[in-house]
Amino acid sequence: MNMNQRRETTMLSRVAESLYWMSRYLERAEHTARLLDVDLQLRLDQSPQNGSGRWLRLLEACQVPAPEGGTIDAETLTHILTLDRENSSSILSCVAAARENLRQVREQCSTEMWEQLNRLYLQVNGTTSSEAWLLHSYVFFRAVQEGAHLFQGVTDSTMSHGEGWQYIQLGRFVERTDALARLIGTHFSHLPYPTDQAVESEEYLEWVGLLKSCAAFEAYCKAYTAELRPMRVAEFLLLNPEFPHSVRFSVERVHEALDAIGELTDRKAEQPVRLAGRMQATLSFSQIEEILASGSIAYVDSIRWQCSQAHEAIHHIYFDYPVESALVA
Amino acid sequence: MPVPETTRSLSRPPFRNYQFDMVYDEMFSAPGVPRPHYEALFQTLLDLPPEELRKSQQAADLSFLHQGITFTVYGNDEGTERVFPNDLLPRIIPNSEWRKIENGLTQRIAALNLFLEDIYHQGRILADGIVPRELVYSCRHFRREMRGLAVPRGIYVSICGTDLVRLPDGSFAVLEDNLRVPSGVSYMLANRKVLKRVFPTLFHDYGVCPVDHYAQALLATLRALCPPSSTSRHEPTVVLLTPGVFNSAYFEHTFLAQQMGIELVEGRDLLVHDNVVYMRTTSGLRRVDVIYRRVDDDFLDPLSFRRASSLGVPGLFSAYRAGNVVLANAIGTGVADDKAIYAYVPAIIRYYLGEDPILPNVQTYLLSDKSQRDFVLEHIDELVVKAVGESGGYGMLIGPHSTREQQDEFRQKIEAEPRNYIAQPTLGLSRAPCFLEGEVQARHVDLRPYILYGENVTLVPGGLTRVALRQGSLVVNSSQGGGSKDTWVLRA
Repeated sequence: MNMNQRRETTMLSRVAESLYWMSRYLERAEHTARLLDVDLQLRLDQSPQNGSGRWLRLLEACQVPAPEGGTIDAETLTHILTLDRENSSSILSCVAAARENLRQVREQCSTEMWEQLNRLYLQVNGTTSSEAWLLHSYVFFRAVQEGAHLFQGVTDSTMSHGEGWQYIQLGRFVERTDALARLIGTHFSHLPYPTDQAVESEEYLEWVGLLKSCAAFEAYCKAYTAELRPMRVAEFLLLNPEFPHSVRFSVERVHEALDAIGELTDRKAEQPVRLAGRMQATLSFSQIEEILASGSIAYVDSIRWQCSQAHEAIHHIYFDYPVESALVA
Repeated sequence: MPVPETTRSLSRPPFRNYQFDMVYDEMFSAPGVPRPHYEALFQTLLDLPPEELRKSQQAADLSFLHQGITFTVYGNDEGTERVFPNDLLPRIIPNSEWRKIENGLTQRIAALNLFLEDIYHQGRILADGIVPRELVYSCRHFRREMRGLAVPRGIYVSICGTDLVRLPDGSFAVLEDNLRVPSGVSYMLANRKVLKRVFPTLFHDYGVCPVDHYAQALLATLRALCPPSSTSRHEPTVVLLTPGVFNSAYFEHTFLAQQMGIELVEGRDLLVHDNVVYMRTTSGLRRVDVIYRRVDDDFLDPLSFRRASSLGVPGLFSAYRAGNVVLANAIGTGVADDKAIYAYVPAIIRYYLGEDPILPNVQTYLLSDKSQRDFVLEHIDELVVKAVGESGGYGMLIGPHSTREQQDEFRQKIEAEPRNYIAQPTLGLSRAPCFLEGEVQARHVDLRPYILYGENVTLVPGGLTRVALRQGSLVVNSSQGGGSKDTWVLRA
């Protein structure tokens, strides 16, 4: 055999799907941990009666149905979103699901990746409710976020950047696009119309909260100074091409990953690439004034819709396809 | 004035509770007198503070947990995974003893393969009356479907794990052959990795034969099974078929697939079209040539075997019959590790190879024979009774450790289905030092070397030494509270 000849790449559909979901779940856990972390800090600065509304919004952003009666206290909220095994999008459930997915494809990832994710799981699973709520909540949320970042770093530096890695990228950024769009949508629908005026006091905290929930506060200040104008916040989170937690940045990564996968699997002209390409083009050529004028909520909803279309297309092309269409000569 | 060696060493802390009796001790030739090849380890243990060892043990346990080296405990909701207990002290085997084991097992796997080929073709050994025909045909693992079907190179068993025990006189004997889907080899490799970290100097000074090339040898074995016609097409595609993440040996499946660089597939990843096996990949369907299957015969193909199985691949058996895919091990190998057939293995070796067995069997009573049965029923409280088709320490009665009710239960079972049981004397398995509860204690061990048969027979020097961690227990299976330790075969 020729030494330089590369082995034909093969990736099982089931494996690709597991890597994709593993990555989505971990991104989701990180996102939830960040939202709670930020909320915890905001809570300290705000009057107590202000809480409940924001907590309901938090649940909405995490796609968890509001409890009966429409009110909730902070401790229940924290429990539902962190360690509740009943809630499939709690941090514990997400980390466990990510680990279970990776466990099923262990031989596809590096040993370091598995160990890192396994360690994170053992840590989260070993945390008690009271630790997550009072004593160490700050430590806990940080640990989840850092664990996820560490996993990402370990992945990037120990795994071949081949097809499997691309599915991990894909999962992370599909999830991120969707989560960002949802978060921005919830905020816009509960706050006054974003203007190009600097905001003050209570409202100021809400916008800081939004930025911090996207890990974007410092990056925003660098780009626009610390003067908070809602329109700029919207522009930054939706359209900034360089910031890793902006919608545009995420969609570009989705497009790149799909492009690479199309190349590797010899399925270039397929639906998913086209959908992601269109989404990317829309974001590249949009202006914030236009978006706000034509309805910012409708805009983020359409992004979420396109995102789910792309997800469906990925599923039907790469993960679960009819046998007749796929016989290789 | 120096105190005599014996009293000095055995009254010192780590060995204070070390137990001696009639059975062979791997470390000591007499109380306090280590065998030459254990001398260095013995000294190390005397010099090392127990606290140090305890720390190493904790570090090792943690590393197993983080690596996820676990096996699944069935019927438990929350923590379905448990770390496979590992003992830190190596079991040391001198090279001369290993040579004999190696020769004995090579001889055995050759004879068993000839036996399988014979009974699924002409049946000479049955016609000559060496092995009773009804014994073979009544075996639960005999597969009529395999009659007349040629397998590549005539190799039925290419991956084998044989359990050896050391008898009180110090000689090794074969306790059972595992010719279906033997497991445990990943623990052999994981134990080695840990021990190299814990005892680097000792390991180096001992001159231990490496085992790390096992995965490569396994891959070469599997490739050697691929018929030449498909090799010319492209490099053969080898996959490992696992029952899935809920199987108790799942860790091992992922580990081996990763080490070999082959795909780990589940039944749902494969499909058969026109008698050819394909796997479902992101770039379409890809043909599969060799399947290292870790799924039992019964579950391989719902069209040919157990219908309700969802682990298998419909149509796999017909693709196999058509010669379009190789299975390792072949289907129907379980007939040769039936515990009643086991009693005939020495005769099988003599019949096909014209040689005397290098490794003896353990004395075995066949309960289908009236006089042997009567003897066993009489002495059931002294013997070990085993169901012939079981493995993993299930379906077993250990006479001396059993209650009268259990003995009566087995008496009834034997009289109802004598073909299904055999009996053996209760063996005094040898004992080896283990680090338990902060000191060194003696526990019963066995040894499972792994034999590969492709182009030729390969044994990696070593194997899995299994330990009965409960004091006094003779059962080493992981499902029954057993653990394992690294096995050092010395270079010289």
